[in-house]
Amino acid sequence: MKTLVTLITLGALIIIAASSAYTVGETEQIFITEFGKPVGAPINADPAKNEAGLHFKMPFIQQVNRIEKRILEWDGPATEMPTRDKLYITVDNFARWRISDPKTYFEKIRDERSALSRLNDIIGSETRNVIAAHDLIEVIRSEKGRKPERDEAITAASSNLGTLPPIQFGRSVLSDQILKASRPKVMSWGIELLDVRFKRINYKGGVIEKIYARMASERQQIADRFRSEGAGEAAKIIGRKERDLLSIESGAYRREQEIKGRADAQATGIYAAAYSSSPAAADFYQFTKTLETYQKTLGKDTTAILTSDSDLFRLFKSMEGGAGAAE
Amino acid sequence: MEKTRGGHPCNPMKPPPIPRTSNFGGPPMRFAPRWLSFAPLAIILIYGILTSFYTVSPEAVAIIQRFGKYTRTANPGLHFKIPFGIDTATIVPVRRQLKLEFGFASPGATNPYQAGAEPEKERDMVTGDLNAANVEWILQYSITDPKHYLFRVRNPATTLRDLTEAVMCEVIGDRTVDEVLTIGRTEIVVEALKRLAEVLTHLDMGVSAEQIQLINVHPPGPVQRSFDEVNRAQQEREQAINEANGEYNRVIPRARGLAEQRISGAEGFAVQRVNQAEGDVVRFKELLAQYEKAPAITKQRLYLETMSEVLPRMGPKIILDEDASRFLPFMNLNK
Repeated sequence: MKTLVTLITLGALIIIAASSAYTVGETEQIFITEFGKPVGAPINADPAKNEAGLHFKMPFIQQVNRIEKRILEWDGPATEMPTRDKLYITVDNFARWRISDPKTYFEKIRDERSALSRLNDIIGSETRNVIAAHDLIEVIRSEKGRKPERDEAITAASSNLGTLPPIQFGRSVLSDQILKASRPKVMSWGIELLDVRFKRINYKGGVIEKIYARMASERQQIADRFRSEGAGEAAKIIGRKERDLLSIESGAYRREQEIKGRADAQATGIYAAAYSSSPAAADFYQFTKTLETYQKTLGKDTTAILTSDSDLFRLFKSMEGGAGAAE
Repeated sequence: MEKTRGGHPCNPMKPPPIPRTSNFGGPPMRFAPRWLSFAPLAIILIYGILTSFYTVSPEAVAIIQRFGKYTRTANPGLHFKIPFGIDTATIVPVRRQLKLEFGFASPGATNPYQAGAEPEKERDMVTGDLNAANVEWILQYSITDPKHYLFRVRNPATTLRDLTEAVMCEVIGDRTVDEVLTIGRTEIVVEALKRLAEVLTHLDMGVSAEQIQLINVHPPGPVQRSFDEVNRAQQEREQAINEANGEYNRVIPRARGLAEQRISGAEGFAVQRVNQAEGDVVRFKELLAQYEKAPAITKQRLYLETMSEVLPRMGPKIILDEDASRFLPFMNLNK
């Protein structure tokens, strides 16, 4: 009987101890409720103060409520929306948030799923507002004065190629606007919104075909330019070839004539000097050259009609004539 | 270490089992009733032994929490801790290089976060000149502060994935399509890594980005042909220029050679011409010297010699007397 009482007392003590002690993890914030009503300050809620470890409470009547302490993520659904310049785009953004006031959060939201769905509503609608108030380029680009690197071979085709359209605000300003507009609205739920960022932005189905068509036509321009450049360069080279060829050939001709002319002149000079050295030389030259010409020009096609008073046939008529001539 | 200290079970999760013996009612058991009453105690003991040690593999460290509070970081090896869930050990692979893939998924990855859920959507990006491009890349990172990795952010891997995607999308959004596809690739990687490192430092989630690499960057499917066309046109340009240069090189050196040939030929002719003239003149002068000694007889001799050579070669020969000149018109010369 005595052992039974001891056992029961021991058991009761253990149960009381188990119900009054609780642990607080590094990643949790805790608040205590008494019959559903929050009591006392939340534990481990301040990010600067670490209160993790073993804690105690009133057994049975007080309850431990565990709330996430870490930074949480909201990843919204990809949504289609129009920009100010009437382009439909798909925007997928995400945000990071933490539960800054666990009691309020617990009372108003209860669980994470409804927190996420409220964030969907708030951030979704603010995103839509901001996107609708700006042109597409404002959400695509970030750095205002950025000078892109240009490949002159490609950008030469058109002055629009290789340039970035100018912006007034840029992506980070827009996501800041969304953050600033959403933050106060979720604050009342005990939620602190840390940042909102664009994850993906893309053209909507119907728009993308037009973008592709534009890209294709841009590339066509570049390709045409390359081809035309190729033809132009080739023509230049062929032209140079023709010029060089004519200049080489005519130069050679000129030089040839010069050389030959000089040689002819020299030869003529030599002949003239020799043949006109004395009257006898001139006479002799004429005589021998005439004979030479006979030798060259007279052949079997030639019919010779010779008269008997020619030098050769003078003797035909009389010996005397021949003797007279031979004298 | 402090494993000997502390430690009576007041774990709220585990209400201590109420010892129950089998000889409450019914006939007393014959078979070792006293031994059986120790069974629950033995089970508790075995559970305590099993939860009192842990091993840390070489590439990891263990974060030890007592009653949920961080107490220490354990290095690789076998370690002891207080059992019954009072001390918990979480293993974090700090020395392992981890990888995230964007826009594609290589099969058989051990890390469940390595590839995204919708790689084909990650890939599609809008460039700063409002063109589209498909970009695939990877991030290599490691856990530098296991404590922060576990306690600062829930789902650090997905957070890192989203941040990397946002940063890359931002960097691509500030580049022209040609920078993205060709000339700016290195610069993109450098810039994206720089921005991601800034965000991670600010967030302090115990992760450091080590490397970003662009794996595959190409124009979207439907315009791929047009981009290929540009490459082809570029090749064609080079080809046209090369062919023209080839034509030039085929013709001009040959023409130069031919020109030299003609000039050399002319020079040869010139030498020949002068030599001939000189030769002729020397011969003439020799002849003239002899002629001048006896002009009349030499002339006669030369004349007759030539005639005797020429006349036999000739065709019909007609010798006329002066008086018979009237005969001429009647003669058929073409017989």
